[in-house]
Amino acid sequence: MKRVIALLMENQPGALSRVVGLFSQRGYNIETLVVAPTTDPTLSRLTMSTEGDEKVVEQITKQLDKLIDVVLVTNLSESEFVERELMLIKFRKDSFPENAFQDSNVVSKNDEVINVQVVGTSSELDALITEIKGSNPIEVVRSGSLGISSDKNTLSIEN
Amino acid sequence: MLNLQKFGVTFKRNLMDKSNKSGAEALIHSLHLEGVEFMFGYPGGAALHIYDAIFNQNYVDHILVRHEQGAVHAADGYARATGKPGVALVTSGPGATNAITGLATAYMDSTPIVVISGQVKSNLIGTDSFQETDMIGISRPIVKHSFLVQRAEDIPEIVKKAFHIATTGRPGPVVIDVPKDLTDPEYKFEFHYPKEINMRSYNPPTEGDTSRIKEAVDLIETAKRPVIYSGGGVIQNDASDELIELAKLLNFPVTNTLMGLGAFPGSDPQFMGMLGMHGTYQANMAMHNADLIIAIGARFDDRITNDPKQFSLGAKKIHIDVDPASVSKIIHADIPIVGSAKECLSALLLELNSRNLKLNESDISEWNKQISTWRDAHGLNHSLLELGPQNGKILPQQVVQSLYKETNGEAFITSDVGQHQMFAAQYYHFDKPRQWINSGGLGTMGFGLPSAMGVQLAFPESTVACVTGEGSIQMCIQELSTCLQYGLPIKIINLNNAALGMVRQWQDMQYGGRHSSSTYENSLPDFIALAESYGHVGIKVTKFEDLEAAMKECVSLKDRLVFLDVDVDPNEHVYPMLEAGNAMDHMWLGKEEKTWK
Ligand SMILES: Cc1ncc(C[n+]2csc(CCOP(=O)(O)OP(=O)(O)O)c2C)c(N)n1
Ligand SMILES: [Mg+2]
Repeated sequence: MKRVIALLMENQPGALSRVVGLFSQRGYNIETLVVAPTTDPTLSRLTMSTEGDEKVVEQITKQLDKLIDVVLVTNLSESEFVERELMLIKFRKDSFPENAFQDSNVVSKNDEVINVQVVGTSSELDALITEIKGSNPIEVVRSGSLGISSDKNTLSIEN
Repeated sequence: MLNLQKFGVTFKRNLMDKSNKSGAEALIHSLHLEGVEFMFGYPGGAALHIYDAIFNQNYVDHILVRHEQGAVHAADGYARATGKPGVALVTSGPGATNAITGLATAYMDSTPIVVISGQVKSNLIGTDSFQETDMIGISRPIVKHSFLVQRAEDIPEIVKKAFHIATTGRPGPVVIDVPKDLTDPEYKFEFHYPKEINMRSYNPPTEGDTSRIKEAVDLIETAKRPVIYSGGGVIQNDASDELIELAKLLNFPVTNTLMGLGAFPGSDPQFMGMLGMHGTYQANMAMHNADLIIAIGARFDDRITNDPKQFSLGAKKIHIDVDPASVSKIIHADIPIVGSAKECLSALLLELNSRNLKLNESDISEWNKQISTWRDAHGLNHSLLELGPQNGKILPQQVVQSLYKETNGEAFITSDVGQHQMFAAQYYHFDKPRQWINSGGLGTMGFGLPSAMGVQLAFPESTVACVTGEGSIQMCIQELSTCLQYGLPIKIINLNNAALGMVRQWQDMQYGGRHSSSTYENSLPDFIALAESYGHVGIKVTKFEDLEAAMKECVSLKDRLVFLDVDVDPNEHVYPMLEAGNAMDHMWLGKEEKTWK
């Protein structure tokens, strides 16, 4: 089962390398990793997804929590949450699968290639990739998962 | 301040004034405000501004080691013996890399040290400049935290944070990497030392999570075959008194890990000895057959549990630890209690004392009898000295017993890694916490002598003995010179089996006796001549008849470092030894004797 962990960390040099280093150091398998500053510029939010079982995820969150630069950690997949990923795909113009996309998906086009963007859960994106395989996309870029809880809980230092 | 005059050392003592300070002065002044008496270090280009600042003050003394590994181990030994943070100072590049083994050693055993490393000038970082090493990068996985100083003005706050982080929660080493330009004597600023530090991202648990204390006591009341299993956390957290009170109140048998020895008095009849890989028969049997294990400040590592899937399957586990990540990491805790050992034990005692406690007293006394039976059958023989020579040779265990006798069991004992370390752990009964100092987690050969320097500096009047092997002692032998400079009267007890004994034991047991690179083919130095050339006393013992007199002389030479080199039986193995990949009741008890069929 795919699990999504989100954390807030100090937006400081070295903080990200501590988080990333922890994974290799402890042998955790990470599938995706997304990081960006939050509206509070002193904090960054990092989201990662992993296939580990519950015990492994519990260890990962505990070990992350121990890092001095990490302010808050949550295992989003413990309760209901929304997971979304962005994917960009480049097709040759002559093999663009028009039926698979709406006009609004198209983000750039010229005489040779068309780029589209799609947002969805990562399994929806997986399914889409299988569906368009026949059209031979020449490049696929995925952002990795972002997550937010479905209820009123927030990952924030204010509450 | 420590009386180094006793050791014939005088330091320059100019008072530091209250004017603005350079980064280097601010650093030293901050250390002083943290209560640092002295630090261990080795100078070099990137650290020279700092060394100049050290020269011009009288607050913090500097002990010049002979290798940066020695500086970090010495700071670590000081920390382990005193409970106060140890400090080491090294230069950039090779100075920093030489400190790495020391950092990893402290990290694995969770000891509070602060290592300050010089770094190349800020504008040279990243340019492969002379003696540049990414210290933050290479030390990252083996420190609790690290700081790269970016403004000289930040130094006081960073030092404050470093000491706070190193000493609180689960302690550990912290690195402060200081680029040379930020210690420039030309750049001065107003010095403010923060009174308190508040880090939103660091709030280690202090109070015990008391919500489950009641459940723990309920479980204690049902126990028929209980064991108290405690580790280094109890020593780190100065919770030995509470541990003893608990054990006495409940009359439960106690075992300690290698790191936990001394937390419960080694000579107390309730003590079963060490457990694990080379634990006693009775301690391992008790763990295997228990119905309740109360783990306190111990982390169920692989040297204890052997195969975790077969570990003490009939026991419920109460696990008290300050590190939430240690709880249920390897062995599921039925009742996890996160908090410092002292706070949690106090809460537990409070609950126990406030109840009309109903223990299964007759079952527990049966259980204690069972443990005595195990001890009588296969416990360690603590009267080996009375047996005299064995096949004309001295047993290494006899040397430890002789040391115990001559020091009345009161010495600080540091050790290295190998058979000698296990013999010291098994045969010297540690009655006090912080008396036994060894590298349990990383298993660092070379730790013994430099860590003894830290202990001896902290306790100038106490006997400090380093129980070592001829392999390990050669890893940091250069510190003999440091010991002369500062007059450190350490007793080096070399259990000389002319082999990397522990390696050879494994080769005997698992590799058909093929001793691949575990002996030296007559290339060992004359340790007596070596000690003498460093200005110390050397005593050689080859015959059992001379052992006790030599030990007496060694211990009686209060003001001299003595290198006691004892030829011991090279064929001796350490037993018991857990059979790899099995349960804790699978032990080798001798070369031919084992507990399973
Ligand atoms: C730095 C380091 N290198 C290698 C080892 C592996 N090792 C563990 S015990 C041992 C032999 C130690 O020999 P000695 O110090 O003579 O002790 P003995 O076992 O003979 O008592 C070795 C090589 C280690 N623990 N540390
Ligand atoms: Mg040896």
